[in-house]
Amino acid sequence: MSKRFGAAEILKDISFEVADGEFCILLGPSGCGKSTILRLIAGLEQPSAGKILIDDARVDSLAPRERDVAFVFQNYALYPHMTVFDNLAFALRLRGMSMNDIGPKVKEAARLLEIEELLQRRPQALSGGQRQRVALGRAIVRQPRIFLFDEPLSNLDATLRASMRVELARLHRRLKATILYVTHDQAEALTLGEKIVVLDRGTIQQIGRASEIYHKPANLMVGRFVGSPQMNLFAGKVDDNGAILQCNATRLDLAGLLQSAPARLAGRSLTVGVRPEDFHVADDGQGWISGEIDLIEDLGSDRFLHVKCDGIHVVARDGRERSFGPGDRIGLHADSERVHLFLDGKRIEP
Amino acid sequence: MKRSAALVLFSVGIALYCLVPFLWLVLTSLKSSAELTAIPPKLMPSFHLGFYRSALQNYGLLHYVGNSAIVAGATALITVVLGSLAAYAIARFKLKWTNFYLLLLLVVSMFPQIAIAGPVWIILDRLQWLNTYQGLVAAYIALSLPLATWILTTFFREVPGEIEEAALIDGCSRLQALYKVVLPLAAPGILTAGLLVFIHAWNEFFFALIIMTDPTVQTLPVGIALFPGEYTMPWGEIAAASTIATIPLVLLTLIFQRGIVRGLSAGAVKG
Amino acid sequence: MKSSQRLALLFLLPSFLFIALFSLFPIIESLRLSFYRMILTLPWLGQKIVGWENYSDLLTDPVALASTRTTLIFIGVTIPLELFFGLGMALVLNEAFRGRGLLRAVVLIPWAIPTVVASQMWRFIFNDRYGLVNFVLFGADTSRYLAPLADPHLALAAIIIAEIWKTTPFAALIILAGLQSIPDDLYEAASVDGATPWQKFRHVTLPLLKPALLLALLFRTIDSLRVFDLVYVMTQGGPADATNVLQFYGYKKTFGEGMIGYGSAIAVTVFFMSLLLALAYLRAFKASRVQGQAP
Repeated sequence: MSKRFGAAEILKDISFEVADGEFCILLGPSGCGKSTILRLIAGLEQPSAGKILIDDARVDSLAPRERDVAFVFQNYALYPHMTVFDNLAFALRLRGMSMNDIGPKVKEAARLLEIEELLQRRPQALSGGQRQRVALGRAIVRQPRIFLFDEPLSNLDATLRASMRVELARLHRRLKATILYVTHDQAEALTLGEKIVVLDRGTIQQIGRASEIYHKPANLMVGRFVGSPQMNLFAGKVDDNGAILQCNATRLDLAGLLQSAPARLAGRSLTVGVRPEDFHVADDGQGWISGEIDLIEDLGSDRFLHVKCDGIHVVARDGRERSFGPGDRIGLHADSERVHLFLDGKRIEP
Repeated sequence: MKRSAALVLFSVGIALYCLVPFLWLVLTSLKSSAELTAIPPKLMPSFHLGFYRSALQNYGLLHYVGNSAIVAGATALITVVLGSLAAYAIARFKLKWTNFYLLLLLVVSMFPQIAIAGPVWIILDRLQWLNTYQGLVAAYIALSLPLATWILTTFFREVPGEIEEAALIDGCSRLQALYKVVLPLAAPGILTAGLLVFIHAWNEFFFALIIMTDPTVQTLPVGIALFPGEYTMPWGEIAAASTIATIPLVLLTLIFQRGIVRGLSAGAVKG
Repeated sequence: MKSSQRLALLFLLPSFLFIALFSLFPIIESLRLSFYRMILTLPWLGQKIVGWENYSDLLTDPVALASTRTTLIFIGVTIPLELFFGLGMALVLNEAFRGRGLLRAVVLIPWAIPTVVASQMWRFIFNDRYGLVNFVLFGADTSRYLAPLADPHLALAAIIIAEIWKTTPFAALIILAGLQSIPDDLYEAASVDGATPWQKFRHVTLPLLKPALLLALLFRTIDSLRVFDLVYVMTQGGPADATNVLQFYGYKKTFGEGMIGYGSAIAVTVFFMSLLLALAYLRAFKASRVQGQAP
């Protein structure tokens, strides 16, 4: 499947393609336009300019019902006055299918999602997780060309969200469905998506696989948005030799970090990014950057040290269970191959 | 505890305040002629139905009731249909001028009847609709639409837009979505609006007075107001007629009181 | 986008047509007619344009002036009392207790009764021979019985009492809706801060109730200006024009005497009074909304 379109204002000239059977994620902060893209594809809104193609045929002038897409809403949008069975059967009934054909299809979808016992209940009598499955079932039963998911897991609690993520991945493999999935949760995106489209304020920031997005963010926005805790950023001016990065009052050894002095960056405004897990605590207390531990976040599996280095706040991961305490002075090394450099906000290679 | 004693006291006080005048009327209607004029007035009637018989036979009460039923019923039905269409449009299509329309309705509903009575009379006269059911109903529809539209808009707005969108995606046309999904969910509101319009039309007096001067088509309020009485007022018959005029409304109100309160305060608070 | 606009217009058109024909057009017509002299039921006599004459007559007409005074007294007395009793009723109805639903239904009864019926009812209660009021005041001593509706000094009071009885429930409902929208946590916070019930009422309830009170005030004032049924049935504007409120006077002139030109002048005057009051309230309402949202 390919979809190409561009719309003004909320979306500025968006263009991307999704292949048949692909699980494509639209990721971005609130207000970036990702839900709008979904609604445009579904036909709930019209693009101001550009075109949308499904299976190489233009659909932007078609009504939603003619596009053969299914939509799973954030708030599920189940029909409150119908039973679960009727909710699932609704679209099929509209197509004029006979009850003989509808029954088995509904039961099959219900079995897949383990909601068979709920078929005679009303949406009000269901829990959030159950409603979510019914919303999924409503989409599955139609066997549409494309599945559109609008932040379907955001209303569930954490444990449920985790288990549903796994189920969705399983469903995708099973149905071999083409899925477009909107979320603001970068963890969800990284685990589920085959292709990730990162959006911010109506424009595409980067398209790529999860590993690309994570390890090679195309710009500051992507670098900041993806990865938790956030990437450490050091913004400043490179000195004339290309060896020192002047971050406000602090002089950082750029050459030492990169293992060479990037002369071509002399005098430029540069932002250096290092992910918390790419910092290592120096054995001797001396490192590329050193400071006092301000706070320790102990999550059990990981420990994050919040360190104050000359007024710069750095977060480093430390998994080695060494006994640190607030107030200790430590030094941090960074792996030069894992350092990210951003010039004018865009990624450059060292 | 002092609080619940005070509460009981106030509740009983309020109940008495609301009920006593009305109960007095009902009790009066059940008295015999002698009891009516007794001084001091007797509190308990002898449950005599003479006044009812007289009201029905001598004063043609039943056909007043019939006229009111026809007029109020037609008004409620048509107003609800037109109002629902308008309310759906306002709730769904969020266009800038729909808010202006709602405001216009609010302003129109505040016109004093006298301000439009003359021209309305002239219009109906030209259409030859004076003293006809359709004339009064037409005027009533215009009078009821503002309140009905406000209430219906509130209820239609409560139907989440996403459910309708889900229906569109599932394969409904706009009209099918309206019919299969939106209307069932808005039904309680539609019923409430219809009820309020019915009550309002049943009780309306001013326009009924000026438009229906022919006794054969007059509605109940006009009939009760104009109860003939040269020297002495036929209070017994008036009481009986009034009771008959009011009992259906009181019953409807008691049954649907929750919806009515909701409709009235929703229509009001949203303003 | 265009097609949904067209559909919306289509849905709104029938309603709008009714309103345009029977509300908007008539109000403009009334304005126009107020500049003419015309007899309603004798259209063939034609219309004679008289400019501002109707209005100047109105300003010097002693009946009209007295009528305005009567109307203003009526509003000035009924509204505060209605709001006061309405507030009381709403406060009681806001408490949770068994039978609250029943009480709420009972409170609706005065509202549900046709005004004409209520008028006859009160007319009977104020009757000079078998009226309940007389019995309550003087017992069986009929020689001292009053005839309030025939007494120029008491007639207006009688109408006021009837009006308050009939319309307090509506005010109570609006205020109740306002009361119910005040979150409980605010009262709980006030309790923790050490407030007495009276203090809670003064500092939590009243300020947050302002929008609802103003709304009740707005609706009730507009409706009071339009009082008609009570006057028509109970006193026909009398005795000696003691209860001749403006809307009734307009009615007499237009439909009693057929002087639709002059009647329209009265009508337009009443209309503008309503409009001015409504605007004044809406302004105060917006101001209170802003205040109410500040905390």
